[in-house]
Amino acid sequence: MGKNLAGKTALIVAVLVVFCFGIVGIPHGSLGQSIKDRIHLGLDLKGGTHLVLEVHVAEAVASATDRDVARIEDAFQKAGITGATVGKTDPARPQTIVVSGIPAAKLSDARSMLQGNEYSSYDVVTTADGNSTLTMKLAAIRDLETRTLDTSIETIRERIDKLGVTEPVIQKYGLGENQILVELPGIDNAAEVEEVIQSTAKLSIHAVTGGPYDTDQAALQANGGTIPADSMLVRGSGSAGAPEMVWLLKRVSEVEGTDFRDAQPSQDQNGRPNIRFNLTTEAGDRFYKYTEAHTASSATPGSMAIVLDNKVREVAGIQSAIRDSGEITGGFTQQQANDLSLMLRTGALPASISFLETRTVGPTLGATSIHQGVVAAIAGMLAVMAFMLVYYRGAGINADLALILNLIILLGFMGYTGSTLTLPGIAGVILTIGMGVDSNVLIFERIREELRAGKTAAAAVQQGFAHAWVTIIDTHVTTIVSAMILFLFGSGPVRGFAVTLAFGLFANLFTAVLVSRVIFDAILEKKQRGAALSI
Amino acid sequence: MSLELFRTTNIDWLGKKWYFLGFSLIFSVAGVLSMLFWHHIPLGVDFKGGTQIRVAFNQTPNEDQLRQAMDRGGVHNALIQRVSDPSGHAANKVIVSLPESTATDQSHDAGRVAVEKALAANYPGQATIEQVEIVGPTAGKQLQKQAWLATMYSLIGMLIYLWFRFELIYGVAAVVAVFHDTLITVGAFSLTNQEITLTVIAAILTLIGYSMNDTIVVFDRIRENLALSRRESLHDVVNRSINQTLSRTVISSGLTFLTVLSLYLFGGEVLHGFSFALVVGILIGTYSSIAVAAPMLVAYQDWRVKRGKVASLPAGKRAKA
Repeated sequence: MGKNLAGKTALIVAVLVVFCFGIVGIPHGSLGQSIKDRIHLGLDLKGGTHLVLEVHVAEAVASATDRDVARIEDAFQKAGITGATVGKTDPARPQTIVVSGIPAAKLSDARSMLQGNEYSSYDVVTTADGNSTLTMKLAAIRDLETRTLDTSIETIRERIDKLGVTEPVIQKYGLGENQILVELPGIDNAAEVEEVIQSTAKLSIHAVTGGPYDTDQAALQANGGTIPADSMLVRGSGSAGAPEMVWLLKRVSEVEGTDFRDAQPSQDQNGRPNIRFNLTTEAGDRFYKYTEAHTASSATPGSMAIVLDNKVREVAGIQSAIRDSGEITGGFTQQQANDLSLMLRTGALPASISFLETRTVGPTLGATSIHQGVVAAIAGMLAVMAFMLVYYRGAGINADLALILNLIILLGFMGYTGSTLTLPGIAGVILTIGMGVDSNVLIFERIREELRAGKTAAAAVQQGFAHAWVTIIDTHVTTIVSAMILFLFGSGPVRGFAVTLAFGLFANLFTAVLVSRVIFDAILEKKQRGAALSI
Repeated sequence: MSLELFRTTNIDWLGKKWYFLGFSLIFSVAGVLSMLFWHHIPLGVDFKGGTQIRVAFNQTPNEDQLRQAMDRGGVHNALIQRVSDPSGHAANKVIVSLPESTATDQSHDAGRVAVEKALAANYPGQATIEQVEIVGPTAGKQLQKQAWLATMYSLIGMLIYLWFRFELIYGVAAVVAVFHDTLITVGAFSLTNQEITLTVIAAILTLIGYSMNDTIVVFDRIRENLALSRRESLHDVVNRSINQTLSRTVISSGLTFLTVLSLYLFGGEVLHGFSFALVVGILIGTYSSIAVAAPMLVAYQDWRVKRGKVASLPAGKRAKA
């Protein structure tokens, strides 16, 4: 027995050292600092902002089909198919493109073109009258939506990094589809961050087909009551300080979001803030073709509108052909110009987002919560420890040592796994203390029972542990099962609670059974046969 | 001699089952009536949706003036609550709650912006916003669904484990007892009109685990005793098992109650709902393991006997040490 006892004691000391290391790491600076570096505090304790946002992925589908409408029109033009109408007729079905009015002579050309590899992400249905309906495949839509969500997360991360937030959490949020969780420690003014995150920075340049009009009604009247299918009405002021007007713009943009390669804040010759941009080579070619065809001196002079987040920021006539660089003077302040070029550089969001949940905790409230939580935990623990000493005397020391070790293991676990301690987490710690004590009470009561039944001290300890162990396993496994389910299905506070509870229960199994037992055995070994046990 | 609260008790617990039934019914029915006709289930901002802003003032603010200031700023129907510690200290803190309609998925921030403006205009430099919670309708519904699922799944998980370790009837009895505790605790929130938040759900889940723990300790002893003495009637075995574990039940529950009570007293107002749920839950959970779960086993056996089936309740799978 003696040798075994030494081995067990060594194991306990090793566990103690390993988990102490888990809590403080290699000691550096003050003890408090060392602990803070290892045990991460949740936003509710540290202060910060928790946001849940939803990405409107359907928009990405709509703009993908918009681009394909333009591609089909372009391809038809090249192939000499004239008179066909390509468009999206049902606003409720943005994934569907309808092609109609193809001249009979060109029907087979058009069909083979549409069924070619170019449009393989669509199901193409051609009816007897030669009209075709292209519906984006479900798998393609899913794929596009996933990519949109991933790109949004990347974009938001880059923007937040540029704002200088330390240790932000930006990840998919499991509770709903297409949702993102953003946690920003130390940020207690959410409004500013929300604006930077939410700004889609959806910048696009559209051809102007009509306007400006004073109101939507005026625009409708001027166009005979309906807006052409390929156009849209957009509001905004065409230049700095001008009143808000309405323009009729081509729905499909000439260049947009991902076409921008770089953007820098700058100033024009009059010292007004503006943004200089560069386009990708491919977009530059496209833009050159468009601007060249519509310069002031050409047969079809045109103007273009710069649209930011669905607002017209600037309308300008096309003076000369532009290839891959230009500038936007949209009546920005210097700050807006800086922010916007940052967003253009990090990339626009592929779809707009909206906020579903915002929670902000200021640093003072967090500090108060820590203080109160810790005071409550210590007060509860001291009361329990005092009771154990009074009620179980010598054995009470066992229970108290086990309790302290339990706490060390629990915190060490959290340090190693990088778990976050939240306010409900502190409550979980307090409950673990409760259950740890319960294990000891179960064992001690059983030992007393066995002693009353006339067993010797050694036999009573052996029997007490054996019987109590069955119960302890059952109670702990049931609670661990529920803690794991909470962790899987929970989020936020529920999860923080589940983490400390589960770790605490594992620690309990170790301390209540092994540590308490070793101390008993050590005492029994020193005692003479038949001497009474202090319990 | 050592200190002992209960040495050998010999109480006929099962003989008191009608009192227990009456007691449980009174509290359950009172809670259910309040949930149906009085305060309903008072949901917090987490589940109901809406905007809740916690403001700290330099001095204790006059609530009427604050309300007028909010009205002038276009914030109507605001519920203004002064925050006080459980110990009764009035603090210079106020929680402004705005109805669900302020936090739609489209205009999420409108309520907060209006409150911030009203504070800046009327209490310049005297008010600090300590906490903001805005939950839109989508998020609120998701959280409700999640809380519901987490509770259901954890009950099912425990039922399966007990089925595996004991017998199905033990699992069913334990789950019924736990359901009874949850019902009474939620009823207590309804009766006292306290809001159920996400943290309160965490507390309810804890009390489920805790009550389960207590029930298992008694069941374990019943299983052990059944295996030892097969001639004794189930009625006597259950009574004896409850008596044998009584001192453990009282000490453990008492100590856990002590820690939870310290949480309730010192844990601050943020944890108030959480600790209230546990204070109620631990009392009820301890009671139910003796007064609901164990008598159910006996009732089940009596019912089987009446139907002419095998009389004895299986001892359960043999305990593995």
